[in-house]
Amino acid sequence: MKLYDYILSPSCYKVRLMAALTGVKLDLQPVDFHPGLEHRGPELLALNPAGSIPILKDGDLILTESSAILVYLAAKAAAEWLAGDKPEEAARVQQWLSFSGRLTTSLGGARLHEMLLRPGDIDALQAQGISALRELEAGLVEQSLRGRRFVAADRPTVADIACFPYVALAPDGGVSLDPYPAIRLWSRALRSLDGFIEMPGIHRLHELKPEPLIETGEA
Amino acid sequence: MTAQAMIDEWYPVGLFSQLQPAGRQTALMGEPIVVSSDADGNATVTGGNGRSLPVLVRYGHVWSSLGQPKKALFPIPEADQPGRRFVDVGAVRVRCSPLRAVENFLDIAHFPFVHTDILGAEPHTEVQNYKVEIREDVDEVWATQVKFYQPQAAKSAAGGITTEYMYRVPAPTCSVLYKTCPPRPSEWDVITLFVQPLAEDLCDVWPWMALFDDDTSMTDLIHFQQTIFLQDRSILENQIPRLLPLDPGMEIPTRADLTSIAYRRWLKRRNYTYGAQLVAQ
Repeated sequence: MKLYDYILSPSCYKVRLMAALTGVKLDLQPVDFHPGLEHRGPELLALNPAGSIPILKDGDLILTESSAILVYLAAKAAAEWLAGDKPEEAARVQQWLSFSGRLTTSLGGARLHEMLLRPGDIDALQAQGISALRELEAGLVEQSLRGRRFVAADRPTVADIACFPYVALAPDGGVSLDPYPAIRLWSRALRSLDGFIEMPGIHRLHELKPEPLIETGEA
Repeated sequence: MTAQAMIDEWYPVGLFSQLQPAGRQTALMGEPIVVSSDADGNATVTGGNGRSLPVLVRYGHVWSSLGQPKKALFPIPEADQPGRRFVDVGAVRVRCSPLRAVENFLDIAHFPFVHTDILGAEPHTEVQNYKVEIREDVDEVWATQVKFYQPQAAKSAAGGITTEYMYRVPAPTCSVLYKTCPPRPSEWDVITLFVQPLAEDLCDVWPWMALFDDDTSMTDLIHFQQTIFLQDRSILENQIPRLLPLDPGMEIPTRADLTSIAYRRWLKRRNYTYGAQLVAQ
């Protein structure tokens, strides 16, 4: 399975994270997104006319939407990351998968503007991002009242992975996460999962590592 | 906080490889500027009032100045050495003082905590003694004999090694790092941080590298450096105060901060205070 990947792209990171959590091995093909704009070059446009990454290629199958890629990885390797048979759970997973697109355009757009100098109306992007964060915060609080730590179920699903990266990187776009305690707890729960991997701007939980071994005999 | 002493310095304002006839709007020390190419492909830089600003092209970048530079751009002899690969990493904008961006680049103590498992790892957190001086003849800050254990010092490094560093600050917003070159132990890899001051608390950072590495793809080299710098960015944006404090009253440095102390002293002595806080608040 080949992933056309950019290390700083939150959407590519969703795929890398999902693969790490489900034990899928990816063949990474780095794309010079910045400064080279390789995703807009003829080779990648032939694969994805939308000119975006990630792109996942598995045999004849080419997927260009990150939510579809998450579902594909989970279906192949770890079905417990998909919705179960309960109608409500299935709907919630779809709800948050679709919602994640709003995070990409708002918080993701603000981040590209503030960090990689891409054009955009920064005030509008940040305002839309804050509105999406408030919605997610409310959703997570309601879930916690139902005794659930994750957006769609009492276990992490593809919907959590779809929402997590742009939320965690909101400060890169000048949007603070300070007002959202439920989001911060959720982020911590995701970062504590076995197999979690980081990306630049999303740091690991150092306190979960074993105590460093202090060598004796040194001053 | 005056721009005066720093106004005659050269600053990076764009990648030469990405020049467009239509021009790119950016800023230098608060003044809007346009960086473009003329009919012959030469770089031109236009100031806010339409005046032509000084231009030179070096180390992959277009350089300009709001004043009248009194000296040539600092030399990097390795930039002319055959066999090196030159890597244009591209701009990353950071909401921080341009001086803070340079100071962070000079720090090694944060490696195990910010660049975990790449440039450092617990329990190898000790910064061994190193030497720092302000070289008056060339008017540069130098740190030498810096050593640090690194799990993956460069894209070309196969495993953990103790890496040796030399740091050099040849201009108030530029730093050049010389680092153990894993494939060629007799040479130094050169990694630079060129910082374009947009405002006192906002900058575009243009990393650039001159490496011996014939195996790694250009995209991988760019991504390695972007990974490192983006790990720094969130830290830089959260430093308080935003401007770099030059008043020693508010902070207690440790031995590991020797380079930072020399850099701050040098800035103060030269009156390079654009982006600095002179009196602790």
